[in-house]
Amino acid sequence: MNAASKPVPSHVGLQAQSPWRRVVLEFISSPTAVVGLLVLVLIMLVAVLAPWIVVQNPYDLMQLNVLDARLAPGSANMDSGYTYWLGTDGQGRDLVSAILYGLRISLWVGIGSALIAAVIGTLVGLVSAYVGGWLDALLMRLVDLLLSFPVILMALMILAWLGKGVGNVMLTLILLEWAYYARTARGQALTESRREYVDAARGQGIGPWRIVVGHILPNCLPPLIVIGALQIARAITLEATLSFLGLGVPVTEPSLGLLIANGFQYMLSNEYWISLFPGLALLITIVAINLVGDRLRDVLNPRLLR
Amino acid sequence: MIGWTLRRLTQSFLVVLLMTLVVFVGLNAIGNPMDILVGEDLNQAERLQAIAHLGLDKPLWEQYLIFLKGAVHGNLGQSFVYHEDAMRLILQRLPATFELAFCALFLAVVIGVPLGMFAGTYPDHPLSRMMMAASIVGFSLPAFWVALMMIMLFSIKLGWLPASGRGETRELFGVQWSWLTLDGLQHLLLPALNLALFKISLVLRLTRAGVREVLPQEFVKFARAKGLSPMRVMCMHVMRNTMIPVVTVLAMELGSTIAYAVVTESIFSWPGAGKLILDSINMLDRPVVVAYLMVVVVIFVVLNLIVDGLYYLLDPRVRVEGSR
Amino acid sequence: MSLPERNAAAMSTQAPTQTPTLEVRNLCTSFYTRAGVLPAVRDVSLRVAPGRILGLVGESGSGKSVTGFSILGLVDAPGRISGGQVLFKGRDLTQLSAAGLRELQGNRIAMIFQDPMMTLNPVLRVDTQMIEAVRAHRTVSKREARAHAGRTLALMGIPSPEERLRAYPHQLSGGMRQRVAIAIALLHAPDLIIADEPTTALDVTIQAQILSEVQKLVREQGTSLIWITHDLSVVAGLADDVAVMYAGRIVEQGSVADVLDRPQHPYTQGLIDSLPSRNKRGQRLRQIPGMAPDLLSMPTGCAFAARCSRATSVCAQEPPEREIAPGQTVRCFHPGAADAQ
Repeated sequence: MNAASKPVPSHVGLQAQSPWRRVVLEFISSPTAVVGLLVLVLIMLVAVLAPWIVVQNPYDLMQLNVLDARLAPGSANMDSGYTYWLGTDGQGRDLVSAILYGLRISLWVGIGSALIAAVIGTLVGLVSAYVGGWLDALLMRLVDLLLSFPVILMALMILAWLGKGVGNVMLTLILLEWAYYARTARGQALTESRREYVDAARGQGIGPWRIVVGHILPNCLPPLIVIGALQIARAITLEATLSFLGLGVPVTEPSLGLLIANGFQYMLSNEYWISLFPGLALLITIVAINLVGDRLRDVLNPRLLR
Repeated sequence: MIGWTLRRLTQSFLVVLLMTLVVFVGLNAIGNPMDILVGEDLNQAERLQAIAHLGLDKPLWEQYLIFLKGAVHGNLGQSFVYHEDAMRLILQRLPATFELAFCALFLAVVIGVPLGMFAGTYPDHPLSRMMMAASIVGFSLPAFWVALMMIMLFSIKLGWLPASGRGETRELFGVQWSWLTLDGLQHLLLPALNLALFKISLVLRLTRAGVREVLPQEFVKFARAKGLSPMRVMCMHVMRNTMIPVVTVLAMELGSTIAYAVVTESIFSWPGAGKLILDSINMLDRPVVVAYLMVVVVIFVVLNLIVDGLYYLLDPRVRVEGSR
Repeated sequence: MSLPERNAAAMSTQAPTQTPTLEVRNLCTSFYTRAGVLPAVRDVSLRVAPGRILGLVGESGSGKSVTGFSILGLVDAPGRISGGQVLFKGRDLTQLSAAGLRELQGNRIAMIFQDPMMTLNPVLRVDTQMIEAVRAHRTVSKREARAHAGRTLALMGIPSPEERLRAYPHQLSGGMRQRVAIAIALLHAPDLIIADEPTTALDVTIQAQILSEVQKLVREQGTSLIWITHDLSVVAGLADDVAVMYAGRIVEQGSVADVLDRPQHPYTQGLIDSLPSRNKRGQRLRQIPGMAPDLLSMPTGCAFAARCSRATSVCAQEPPEREIAPGQTVRCFHPGAADAQ
């Protein structure tokens, strides 16, 4: 890459600052990424605060009025007169409420499974790198095998095995995702352990565990964070897809995927909103995460910068 | 070279064997098919007889051996639901799935490569920036939702394209194909495009990255210095190098395209293997699920071999190392 | 090649009536980057007569390669020729259309690149790359083109050309690849070859072989040659004329004999003094102090002033090009032989 084509001067003053400060400054230099982050924060806020924002609890059948089913966006509630800004679904759920609750499930499943998978995967990766030998070979073949098959297929297999349900969807996601972290953590750990500071630490008589946690792990974090961000987006999509296929959440507690699936049957009668708005919510969430993840990748891993 | 091929074949065989074990053991934990298949009104004796008939009374390892023996002969058992050979059921449906998957890959190449070439040649052009942004959206789009929106727009609102089924088919090599008739092509377009969306983004990004990597190389400048036309430089020198990753990734993607066809087929009522497997999972039709998974595993292993072969064909540098 | 022959050729081309193969007038090429405008080539003027070899000398970043690319119209964005003329047999190449330029590229003007590992496309066979070069300018069948390619390889002293044609570049050694690249340049017996440090990446022995072969072929075919290099000793053995570039400008040019024996510009003197052969054994190699200026923040006036022992206040202005002796020009306010100091 032509060094002269980069805006070099703007970085010169940052040399003395901490690396994380540099990351933050570089991150906010991309307006799209900042917008993505803001949208993401907003989505997470409304999802967390959903019970205090919405007009009805979409999972409480007692609060649903079947007479209000499939109302167009902007219609008024029969009893209390509040407006269904995005319409209602086939069971009379306010779509705004249903979407916010659906987002809660999506984010919970996505972030929860990604975090657990990250912990397990990183641990496996570090152990694999540190122990080496046949254990390393075995674990990495397993990772290769897992990663070489399409996620949806593995998910179908595991769900066919475990049965339906949100818990099992999460379990499926964890079973599939740990491999990404394991491979990355192992690769990073192997690279880092060859660096001089590790030798230096070893030379000072610091124990292997302290070296891994105190020296190697922090240096593995940037790529793991990037993978984490992109995996969350994938997990959310996969949960929605599986729920759409009827393998995820129960019908009484629809997540975004199931809302969309339920709307499918009404599309022929032009009641588009039941599928459209949950899908838009899903799309905006995933795009926001991907924008943030893309920027993180550029900022945290300059080797991938093009 | 021969040693290498043998090693790869052995590896592939081991993978398939391992997967048969995983699939078989895993799927034996799916509910109890008897509850669904056998009516409540049967008495205990009749129940046992039915279980014995289906071979479900034997210990698991024996069931596995029987299964393995059958698998070698291409016999993976009878469907509990259709009372037909499970393997034959899958194979009957597979051409429709292949048709869909290949069409999707075709669209991905036809759309993704030219766009990627443009975006790679003019990375700062506003159109290129738009394409890159669009490809992020393309990566993010939940395919099933896009499918619904496509049906909504093109089938219901505009009425341009049909939303379900294969349409009129015509026979070729003993198999019914949709792409041979106009009506079939119309039916094919929406599901294929839906399945292709993710791949278009992928191909676009791969091509762009490849072009950007190859363009500044000296051999491109040398090719221009020879006085070759820009077309020749692009197609012969740049694309030859760029296409190596694109072709191999696409070959790998064929497998995942077949897998993701599950979603597309169920939405567009495309009578392929994906729709069958989804129904079978829901109905606990174990032999069909097993047969499907085995077929896909074999497809994957074969694809992996093909990809290695493609590398060998496309990149002469690998060819020399491989022969050593 | 015998010396009298060479001198005779030199004499004949110095006749003012003959049009030079190439005349570059006040060429300026700049790179328009986000960080600012980089003036890579500034006001460069050159003349290459038919059959003459010009050595274009300078350290890396001096603009000598960009000058070569500018002549052939191969400057990539964000670079652009921002002024001046490139007259090839009287035609201004900077005014030609892309198609018009392509007719000349590889045909009448050929180029040889620096790194033989990178100039041949790794995924195409040698014959493919040679045949397309033949057929870009001549309507011949593939078979004829291939035969011509084989003959040209043989001309370059490549043993068993047929075998080489079938090979992929990575199956050939670096020296062999560079011979192939040179053979590609020679395919159409061009009037002008621009060689951009083609031997720097090679072993010294192979370098010497290739140099002598190129020299021979150029003489035989009457081709003009611009040999871009950072190595004055190569120029001394190969070229008729030499132009020394520093920070985008030609600071001194003239015949090799004049410039190398009586360098007038302090930079040229510094280059000559830093040649190992000029230094006595056991003595430390002499170096030019300091570093070349950053193109982004070019000082006004003489770019070499900061490193120059002769610099005075007048050097804050741009030194004009002056003819110090017949055929020898220099851009310096304080020209002179080293011992004149």
